[in-house]
Amino acid sequence: MIRLEDLSVAIDGRPVLQGVSLDLPPGRVTGLVGESGSGKSMTALAITGLLPDRARASGRVLLDSRNLLETPEAAMCRIRGSRIGMIFQEPMTALNPLMTIGDQVAEVLRLHRGLDRRTALAQARERLDRVGLPQPRFPLTLYPHELSGGQRQRVAIAMAIALRPGLLIADEPTTALDVTTQARILDLLSGLARDEGMALLLITHDLAVVAGMTDHVAVMQSGRVVEHGPTEAVFRQRRHPYTRQLFAASRHVPARIPPGPATPLVQVTDAVREYRLPGGGLRALDGVNLTIARGESVGLVGESGCGKSTLARAILGLDTLQGGHIRLDGQDIAAVRPMPRKARARMQVVFQDPFGSFDPRWRVDRLLAEPFHLTGRPPDWRDRVATTLTEVGLDPDDARKFIHQFSGGQRQRLAIARALIIRPALIVLDEAVSALDVRVRAQVLDLLARLQAVHGLSYLFISHDLSVVRGVTDRILVMQAGRIVEEGTPDQIIDAPRHDSTKALVAAMPKIPAGWL
Amino acid sequence: MLRYLSSRILSLGLSLLVASALVFSVVELVPGDPASFMLGTGAQPETVEALRRQMGLDQPLPLRYAAWLGAILQGDLGTSFTYKTPIAGMILERLQVSLPLALMALALAVAIALPVGTFAAARRGKAGDGLVMGAAHVGIALPNFWLAMLLVLVFAVRLRWLPAGGFPGWSAPAAALRSLILPAIALALPQAAILARVLRSALVETMGQDYVRTARAKGLSAGQALRRHALRNALIPVLTILGMQFSFLLAGAIIIENVFYLPGLGRMIFQAITQRDLIVVQSAVLVLVAAVIAVTFLVDLAYGAVDPRLRRP
Repeated sequence: MIRLEDLSVAIDGRPVLQGVSLDLPPGRVTGLVGESGSGKSMTALAITGLLPDRARASGRVLLDSRNLLETPEAAMCRIRGSRIGMIFQEPMTALNPLMTIGDQVAEVLRLHRGLDRRTALAQARERLDRVGLPQPRFPLTLYPHELSGGQRQRVAIAMAIALRPGLLIADEPTTALDVTTQARILDLLSGLARDEGMALLLITHDLAVVAGMTDHVAVMQSGRVVEHGPTEAVFRQRRHPYTRQLFAASRHVPARIPPGPATPLVQVTDAVREYRLPGGGLRALDGVNLTIARGESVGLVGESGCGKSTLARAILGLDTLQGGHIRLDGQDIAAVRPMPRKARARMQVVFQDPFGSFDPRWRVDRLLAEPFHLTGRPPDWRDRVATTLTEVGLDPDDARKFIHQFSGGQRQRLAIARALIIRPALIVLDEAVSALDVRVRAQVLDLLARLQAVHGLSYLFISHDLSVVRGVTDRILVMQAGRIVEEGTPDQIIDAPRHDSTKALVAAMPKIPAGWL
Repeated sequence: MLRYLSSRILSLGLSLLVASALVFSVVELVPGDPASFMLGTGAQPETVEALRRQMGLDQPLPLRYAAWLGAILQGDLGTSFTYKTPIAGMILERLQVSLPLALMALALAVAIALPVGTFAAARRGKAGDGLVMGAAHVGIALPNFWLAMLLVLVFAVRLRWLPAGGFPGWSAPAAALRSLILPAIALALPQAAILARVLRSALVETMGQDYVRTARAKGLSAGQALRRHALRNALIPVLTILGMQFSFLLAGAIIIENVFYLPGLGRMIFQAITQRDLIVVQSAVLVLVAAVIAVTFLVDLAYGAVDPRLRRP
């Protein structure tokens, strides 16, 4: 049993956690929800004693009546991994790339139990079987780069539960995974909590995940727990205004004007793209047909690896097709290599990662003006930068700032501004709101809807998550193994899916039970 | 692994071939022709003509290259114009000094840099880090000949522990080793300083990685996480520097060889250049280039050993 009593943490004198109290009894799944910076991860780090060097903690973190905040580091090392297990958000980088998965799981057993390598590996085998990585498909000698994201997260879970800890902390464990993988990992976690009688602390910003997974929930805002209790009661009653805001934002649908008569802007016909791999060819695009009309929002949904991004790259002229045509305003642009600048200037893109898609050494004005190399930089470009900044809800004075001075949501606004500045006809949004908190996401979706109404833009929304594209698209295409397998309005797709792949995507969508709303 | 190995070996062979062609053609670039260049401006035309024939310069270029390469493959590097002795023997003799010296210096540099770089990274931002890295800064800035003279003054002149210079030959192994100690230290210290800095920054970067956090969550102490997880990942950039340093130590020891009167490869090349002995220069450069390529090959193999992502496609 772990109990937090009046836990407070300050970094350089600035409070990041204030008076957090929480019970984590065995067998209970507790959700910790809130936005970035609300203190969710800091709570997890305080429990495990892995706070940054400059952090000062007060209050109590009790494990069997022993205060972990006052436990010396050597004793904490014996507790971490054996009594408290932890998994993190990013499975792609959470494992040591130079060590086999067997050795990484065995390391926990060797460290805490003092087992020899052979015995530890035999037990590691058992744990990997438990998390759904059985022999002979997943031998112990595999390296992390030979596994997918979901499989790597399973290895991380195997390490965390190897010694059957009393508490498992999962910090955004599925945020980086696609919905179907997310559903399987969440399933595994709740099964483990039930079977092993572990307490599970699930940290997430996704209310629907909390609704489906947890018994208890604590809502955090600016370092405080503003509301907590049994999940159903908290969700039904929503006593605190912040809880109500989170709910409203997660279900927010921007006001949109349906597009007028359909004039096709982009037409993709019979697109084929094949990659040569050591084990044979891979057809990433296998006869894809797609039309995007002027002013229309089209959603493109499917699991990772289904060909969504390849299709987007082909449309943007970043990749060559081996067959088929892409027409922009009736002109075949796939036939001409490289794609003419005039055509490229008609299409822009916004990517998922608002941190990685900007050069940190450039100022905002230079970043935003970059697409002008396609059209020639107009003499009034500084005014254009200022206008565009205002349009996306930022200040014209932000033009002289650097990218690190902005939050994630602001950076995504800047990415939209960069796409918008040369007045394209189509903007491809490749998981563009997936990394954002619910309230920021709602604001960005509103912004996109407003810009569409003003400029008559077309959008291609690419996502692995149907719930993201539901409220913001006119039409959804479901893609699987390089083909479009189903097409329809959002309501048709979600309420009456026909293809198996669509059904799987809909089933995997985390949902808040209708009765709770 | 086999695929990785065979691709590395193929690239090794190709590099050697290209390098040999380059080294051969560079000599063709000297003004006039090699023979008149070697003999200087005051030479008799008959002497020049004789040397031309001796060097085979009356033959067409591709034929000469083929003959040169064929001879080299049989271990014949030609004959020195100045000393009239086979160059292969000369180089072999010099390598007996230069190779052990380079290896000693490199081993010493690694032995110093590994603990120092790790120490600094583990105490990043603290006083120990600042002190050690400050010292490393000085170590990089110090010219090694100055360091060499200092070492001679302290350990040879004042304390009389080690010889001040000269090389007795390997017939007296203990004395030979003793005479290489001071030069090896003088060569190693600046290299160790560079290596320690590279290791420190690589370690600091890997310690910020998610898998080190995972290791801490498993219950490893900060030190264990550093040694077991961060260190091996940080070795990859260190290996690159190490390969470059070995190549430098093999031929770049020329100043140190002069300070300590060591009959090494660097001094031989220097003398051959001043004596315009082009054949010696050509052969010695080829040997050095081959050594650099071989070391690069070994570094590539080491990458493969360290990083499984390179072994399997």
